[in-house]
Amino acid sequence: MRSTVPETPAVRASRPDAVALDRLIVHDVSRHFGRRRALSHVSFSCGRGEIVGLLGHNGAGKSTLLAILATLLSPTSGEVRYGDRTAAAGGASVRARLGLLGHELQLYPELTAAENLRFFARLHGLDRVAARVEEALAAARLGDRGDDLVSGFSRGMRQRLALERTLLHGPDLLLLDEPFTGLDQGSAAALAGRLQQLAADGRMIVLATHDLDIAEGLLTRAVILRDGRVVAEHEDGRAIRARYFDAIRGEGGGSAPGARAS
Amino acid sequence: MSQFARVAWIVMQKDLTVELRSREIISTTVFFALSCVLVFAFALVRDGRTVVDAAAGILWIAIAFSGTLALGRTFERERYTDTLRALMLAPADRPAIYVGKLLGVVAMLAATEILLVPLVALLFQAGLLERPLWLAALLATGTIGFAAVGTLFAAMLVRARTRDVLLPVLLYPITIPVIIGGVRGTAALVAETPDVAMAQFWVALLFLFDVVFVVLSLWTFEPLMTE
Amino acid sequence: MRRLYPVGLAVAAAMFAAAPLLIDRAPTESTMGLVQKIFYFHVPAAMTMFLSTFVSGIASGVFLFRGKQAADRVALAAAELTVVFGAMVLVTGPVWARKAWGVWWQWDARLTSSLLLWMIFVAYLLVRRYGGPGSEKLSAAVSLFGMANVPFVYVSVNVWRTLHPKTSVVPTLSPGMRGTFWFCVAAFLLLYALMMAARLRLGKQQAEVEQLYLELDERGDLPSRAS
Repeated sequence: MRSTVPETPAVRASRPDAVALDRLIVHDVSRHFGRRRALSHVSFSCGRGEIVGLLGHNGAGKSTLLAILATLLSPTSGEVRYGDRTAAAGGASVRARLGLLGHELQLYPELTAAENLRFFARLHGLDRVAARVEEALAAARLGDRGDDLVSGFSRGMRQRLALERTLLHGPDLLLLDEPFTGLDQGSAAALAGRLQQLAADGRMIVLATHDLDIAEGLLTRAVILRDGRVVAEHEDGRAIRARYFDAIRGEGGGSAPGARAS
Repeated sequence: MSQFARVAWIVMQKDLTVELRSREIISTTVFFALSCVLVFAFALVRDGRTVVDAAAGILWIAIAFSGTLALGRTFERERYTDTLRALMLAPADRPAIYVGKLLGVVAMLAATEILLVPLVALLFQAGLLERPLWLAALLATGTIGFAAVGTLFAAMLVRARTRDVLLPVLLYPITIPVIIGGVRGTAALVAETPDVAMAQFWVALLFLFDVVFVVLSLWTFEPLMTE
Repeated sequence: MRRLYPVGLAVAAAMFAAAPLLIDRAPTESTMGLVQKIFYFHVPAAMTMFLSTFVSGIASGVFLFRGKQAADRVALAAAELTVVFGAMVLVTGPVWARKAWGVWWQWDARLTSSLLLWMIFVAYLLVRRYGGPGSEKLSAAVSLFGMANVPFVYVSVNVWRTLHPKTSVVPTLSPGMRGTFWFCVAAFLLLYALMMAARLRLGKQQAEVEQLYLELDERGDLPSRAS
């Protein structure tokens, strides 16, 4: 399952005109909706090759945080730095360097797999559209299903296609919201493998997940959220399950919130 | 500039492709417009003859009501698949996305009107087809004005829970000048002594409305779509 | 500024107490007699409403493009006052019409335009109330578009009405009436300024309470975990 996307972030970063996105820094980010506090003083960072997991119950703020990281939402205080710039300053140039795979897969069911990929490639202003679409279909193991309507695909197939669509423009930062939901064991393991390979290529990955078993061994860093706050941050991906329940129950374990921003 | 046009074009092309495959919006919109026409017929036809000027009014009300439905459905589709977020995430010019959506909506409404106009002319014995160029000008400027405001409002309401009821609540008061212009212009064209000068006046006013509100929408699209 | 408020209140009270006396002493209009005197409140109320729509629209523009919360509070206060003064216009107008010409409503151009503007700002309040979180921006779009719509509403409704015979005759101001009229305008504008100031102060305090609530919530000092 070798990645066939020719342009990896490492390759692109070496070009003279590259936007330097090699570090994501979330600094003291808060967000409230009226009286409801969704996020409170969240800080962490992510570097190249890292897979950061956002863990927590429903309503802990994971989706809100991902939306902020994707520049779709602005924090009410604090800031997010993408390399050397913020979302407000960077605008489209920041968006060009990141990709978000939402829980709803952001595919048009009435279009074929190839048409979906072609639309997003052209929307992003990419060159060599036909070649990129071919490569993406191959990477999604849908090479022979390119002309089939997405409405006929299973969840796993759509997931693979959606992931390749997110990767079309070679983003340095990949954001995923509950990507393992609805996948069977085999597909989940395959996705985990793909993510590790993408990280090895030099990308930064931030994913929100419920699935603690998959998270184990996949994550290089775990950020545990409760009620919009970071209650624990762990530098390695071991014993996630135990640490998660410790943190949620508030019995300590791991580092103090925010102190681990490296 | 060509970047902007390119993005608008591919968004519109995508919308029309999706619509042509499923034909969901166009068929329900046309059928709904027909139902509107019938309901108004029962209200306004007496002894087999319509009240004067009713045909013009019925035509534009049917366009407004079915247009609101089409707008709601177009954006509901994007909301359901979360593709609106994907569109906003692209490093493309946000106003270009607005223009693409607007063109798609106008195309769908134009298709509805092509079916609706002969139907209304037939059912109400109104000379709608006698001055086709001026009628087309009225329909074009009116539809664009209605769709310009409607596309912006429908897009920004995607986030709201009560989007279904709020769209008509917001759209109708603001687009009443369009309805007035469309109805009075059409009525002037089909009157017993057609008043082309009057129709010209309304076309000019509607054109001005289009310019002002398309510009305003382009300007406010990005701040309204981001939180 | 705070100290001026009771002074302003006293002046306004005095002006409104004096107004009926002045109105009584003003020359009676020849055709309509006593009824015409409603005009001294009806027109200033309309002028104030009109002013308020522009205040709300401009404040909304500032809020959308600069993001200043204070501008949003101004827009909301002005929208509420547009609805209040608009209600005054829409009540005094038909009362006058009924007494003067025997019908409550005959689609008089100015009253109809006022009704339209009033409805746009009622829509503003509806979006605010029922639009869910983030409805501040949605309503800002409504008032901005509403303000941009004012010339179109005015022109289209006027042209629409000139085609029909007008039964209302707006009296021209004879010199004896002018003094009283401008006195009433001044009284209404003062009242408007006072109500805006009061409403803005309330809005600011509400924002401060929300801020305090958030801070307490963060420190975990809230007495109960109300969701």
